[in-house]
Amino acid sequence: MSSLRGQVAIAGAADTAVGIVPGWSPTELCVEAALSALADAGLDKGEVDGLITCNAMAEPIMYHAEAVAEYMQIFPRYCMSVNTGGGTTFSALHHAASAIVTGMADTILISMADSLRSSMTRQQAMIAQSATGHPQFEQPYGPTVPAYYALIAMAHMAEYGTTPEQFAEVAVSCRAHAARNPTAQMREPISVDDVLASRMIADPLHLLDCSLVSDGGSAVIVTSAERARDLPQPPVYLLGVGEGHSHEHISQAASLTTSAARESGQLAYAMAGLGPSDMDFAQLYDCFTPTVLVELEDLGFCDKGEGGAYLQTGVTKPGGSLPVNTHGGMLSHCHPGNPGAMFALTESVWQLRRTAGERQVPGAETALVHAQGGIMSSHTTIILGRECD
Amino acid sequence: MDKILPRPGDLSAPYWEACREGELKLQRCSGCNSYQFYPRRFCTGCGGRELEWVVASGNGSVASYSVVRRAISDAYTAPYLIALVDLDEGPRMMSNIIDVDVEAVSIGCKVAVDFVAWSQDVTMPVFRVLEGETAL
Repeated sequence: MSSLRGQVAIAGAADTAVGIVPGWSPTELCVEAALSALADAGLDKGEVDGLITCNAMAEPIMYHAEAVAEYMQIFPRYCMSVNTGGGTTFSALHHAASAIVTGMADTILISMADSLRSSMTRQQAMIAQSATGHPQFEQPYGPTVPAYYALIAMAHMAEYGTTPEQFAEVAVSCRAHAARNPTAQMREPISVDDVLASRMIADPLHLLDCSLVSDGGSAVIVTSAERARDLPQPPVYLLGVGEGHSHEHISQAASLTTSAARESGQLAYAMAGLGPSDMDFAQLYDCFTPTVLVELEDLGFCDKGEGGAYLQTGVTKPGGSLPVNTHGGMLSHCHPGNPGAMFALTESVWQLRRTAGERQVPGAETALVHAQGGIMSSHTTIILGRECD
Repeated sequence: MDKILPRPGDLSAPYWEACREGELKLQRCSGCNSYQFYPRRFCTGCGGRELEWVVASGNGSVASYSVVRRAISDAYTAPYLIALVDLDEGPRMMSNIIDVDVEAVSIGCKVAVDFVAWSQDVTMPVFRVLEGETAL
C-alpha cells in the first residue's frame, strides 16, 4: 500500500474574520474563506478541480459542496460534503490527500464555515449540537454538549485523581496564546482562579472550560507536493495521517477516559516515521478543557493519567516545550461549530511558514494537529512539516 | 417548548411498552446469552438474530454523571442530573438520577430504576440512589 507521506501539501490558507460576524451567511463566509485561500495560493478559482465542504448548522443545505461550487461558479470533478462533527476538518484533509494521490483531482479546495453566533439563538445552537445524542436513549434526558463531555471529565477525575484546577490549565494556556493573536475572539488573560470562579455549566465544567460560540470560515488549498513547490507559498507537507472511530454515542464508548486518539495518533506517527517528541507544537481539539488533557495522554505526549500534572508544568503555554493551540484554540480564538478545527490547520500552516508574528514558535519544523467529533467519537490526527524528506 | 420525547420504532416498541408498565427490559441473545442496549436487530456479540426481551433487575451503578446547571431548553428545569448507569446485567445506559442531593451521588454508587410518565404515551426509565449505599 502506498503511503501518503510527503505526497501532498497545503499551498494556501485563509480565515475570514471570526468571532461575532453579523450579516454574513455561512455560505458567504465559506466562499469568502475560499477566495482568500485561493489568493494566498496564487491560484485562480478555475484551477480548482476538487471541493470539500462541511454542512452548516445555521444554514443546512442538502448538496452543500455543490451549492458552494455553484455560488463560486466553479465546476469541480470531485465534490463532497463531509460531516464528522469537529473531526470533519482533518478527515476532509485525509480524503483530499487520497483523492490527489489517486488522481481524482489535482487542486482541492477545503472550505468550511458556520454562523452559530449571529444566525442562531443560543437555544437553537445548543439543541442543534446536542443532536449528536441518541434520539431515543440519550437526548430525552436533556444532556447538553457540555454535559456529555462532563461525563468524561468526571470519569477521569475518579479514575486518575485529575482535578478541576488541572482542567482549568487548558483554558489558561489557550488564552495566553490568544493574547498574542490579534484575530482571537477572547484575548484578556485569565487565571485558574478565574476559570474556577466562572459559572458552573455542567459539573465539573465551568463556563471558561467551554469553548466559544462563534461565526467564521476557514479554507485551505491542497495539491500535490510537486505542484506546491511551483506555487508562491512555501509548501506545508502532509507527513502523516490516521483516523480512529470508536463510537457515536457516549453511552456506547468502550472507555470514557481513553479515546480513539490513541489509534489515530499511532497511525499518523507510523506514517510520518515520527513520534510525540518530534513535535514542535500541537493543535489539540479543545471544545472543552478535558478533551485536551485526554488527547495529550492518548497521543503520547505524557503517560495515561498524567495529563493534569503535565499541564501544570506549563509546557503547553507560549514558550513551553510543546505549545498547544498557538492561535488560542476554540476556547479563545473561535468556535463556529463543525469547522472549528480548520483554524488550527490554517494556524499550523502559518506557524510552519514561520509567518505567525508575535506568536511564532521559534524554529517550528513539525507539528501535530488533532481533531475529534461527536463525544470523543471520531478522531483524525495529522502530522505536518516544512520538509517532506 | 416540550421535552425531547423518544419516538419508538417497531424494534424498540417493547422497551417503551415495558417502561409504561414499570419494567426495564433488555434484549438478550438466545445464542450467546449476552445482554445488549440499545436494542438492535442483531447481537453485537455473536451476530445472532434471535433476540428476546427480558425484564432486567433494574439495579446498577453509576459509571459517570454530571449536574446540568444550564438546561438544554426551557422544557427542562436545571439543575438536573445526567448519568451513565452500568446495569447489573452488563449494558450501560444514559439516564437521569432523580430526587437526590447531588452530594449523595458518586461514581460507583448503587442505583435502582424507577419510572416517570413524561406524557400520555411516554414513560421514561430513570434512577434513584439506593438508600444507605455508598460509593465502591
